[in-house]
Amino acid sequence: MRPVLFAIPVVLLLAAVSVFTGVGSLASSDDGRGWLLVVESRLPRTLALMLAGAGLAVSGTIMQMLARNRFVEPSTAGTAESAALGMLLAMLIAPNLPVAGKMAFAALTALAGTALFLQILRRVPLRSALMVPLIGLMLGGVVNAVTTFIAYRYDLMQSMGAWMSGDFSVVLRGRYELLWIGFALTLVAYATAARFTVIGMGEAIARNVGLDYDKVVTLGLAIVSMVTATVVATVGMIPFLGLVVPNIVSLILGDNLRRTLPVIAISGAGLVLACDIIGRIVIAPYEVPVGTVMGVIGSLVFLHLLLSRRSHAG
Amino acid sequence: MIEIQEVTKSYGGTAVVDRVSLTLPSGGLTSIIGPNGAGKSTLLSIVSRLMPMDTGKVLVDGLDVSRAAGDVLARRLSIMRQDNHITARLSVRDLVAFGRYPYSKGRLTAADAEHIDRSIAYLGLEPYQNRFLDELSGGQRQRAFIAMVLCQDTDYMLFDEPLNNLDIKHAVETMKLLRRLADDFAKTVVVVLHDINFASAYSDRIVAMQGGRLAFEGPPQDMIVPSRLQAIFDVDCRVHAVGDTRLVNYFD
Repeated sequence: MRPVLFAIPVVLLLAAVSVFTGVGSLASSDDGRGWLLVVESRLPRTLALMLAGAGLAVSGTIMQMLARNRFVEPSTAGTAESAALGMLLAMLIAPNLPVAGKMAFAALTALAGTALFLQILRRVPLRSALMVPLIGLMLGGVVNAVTTFIAYRYDLMQSMGAWMSGDFSVVLRGRYELLWIGFALTLVAYATAARFTVIGMGEAIARNVGLDYDKVVTLGLAIVSMVTATVVATVGMIPFLGLVVPNIVSLILGDNLRRTLPVIAISGAGLVLACDIIGRIVIAPYEVPVGTVMGVIGSLVFLHLLLSRRSHAG
Repeated sequence: MIEIQEVTKSYGGTAVVDRVSLTLPSGGLTSIIGPNGAGKSTLLSIVSRLMPMDTGKVLVDGLDVSRAAGDVLARRLSIMRQDNHITARLSVRDLVAFGRYPYSKGRLTAADAEHIDRSIAYLGLEPYQNRFLDELSGGQRQRAFIAMVLCQDTDYMLFDEPLNNLDIKHAVETMKLLRRLADDFAKTVVVVLHDINFASAYSDRIVAMQGGRLAFEGPPQDMIVPSRLQAIFDVDCRVHAVGDTRLVNYFD
């Protein structure tokens, strides 16, 4: 339990910094404008960051257990790309649907895309662990190409950009609340954490201890797809997050998810907060989108993990 | 008692397991031997419902394995395979604890903790119980998996080639351990083995398979005879009696 106790104050501190970072001054206001700024913009943004961070980190963990591969997360398995395709199709077919409806549709396409990914993994002989994310990236590339083609045709490239790269500068009260659905699903994942650990032990061991393998895989896919869809629909995808956080936590604490999932969720929230704060400071008063900051930090950590893992294995 | 009735499993028109009928009584250690591709591991996977069969039926104490609820069967029969590639990074104790999953569904009781302690102690894993599996040697890891199935505490325990990749010391230790599971705990142990001499020395019964079919079955003294071994493995050999054990020399 100690790691959680250590992580909580750090994240709370980051959250406080996040609320007080920005161009508008909170202090100088007369008629309560500072308060308005906090309630309408700053607090929603901080909450959105934490919810998205926690949800994506937990989703990454579950996907790694389902695919039995350490390099899989929503942005390396076609999940995020499929969700974006769903958003685009929903926009074209039913433009008047509220965002929640479009998100539900995106969750379905994300589910289909991720299920397809797992089906491909079952059929392709995997000679190396790196084949798995490679297949996922290729699948994501194909889906993305289809989406881009359609978006280009219907002049929706801008929306597509918003879904695929996380940017929290647009978050206002009333425009991020769907992320709470993702948070509720994160709690479901925690309640069923032991099952996902068993899944991570492989199909044979899972069936041996009497787990209904297909049912748990379906539950995992549903959670991952819904969380990804809420993030894509509200703030846009944050790459690498679901990769970096679970891997680091696993290296230190292992993978008994009943114990580690809270740490993963809190660390995910903290990392996104930190990246967003950096993005808001480096070129203030302008902003670097959190997805870009996360991409830089994430790919560096990922590279480090790859290299250190090799020396560890050797 | 495990009753295997007319079980068939085919891949692309080739029967890997071909109309096998076999009854394994309760208690004792049964070895399944046979050349590569004889269908030994496939049969074991079907019996333990890891793999569906095309036709036929398997009953474990009257329980139909293709219909029984997963956790009901998991309290009666366990299987350990040899390719235990685990993505989840677990400590030895966590792994062994998951042997209690059919009973506790991940929320361990005091009784579960006792089972876990006992299994860890029985396999001499106390010094390593808080280490991660990827920090152990092959032999230690093997013992951790055996501790897990021991912790599952089922009447029937199936092992698919448990001696693979083990040096002679660990292979002998593992076989003695499986023998003790049958003798001390009255478990019914079924093992797929490649080494005929291990099968001869430690089994109560030997089942030989060939080309997906059941070739012969019987006690070691009936099975370990040159004519049968020649028929099963297509290798010339001589059999020597050393004490009570019949050993096969197939080197010249």
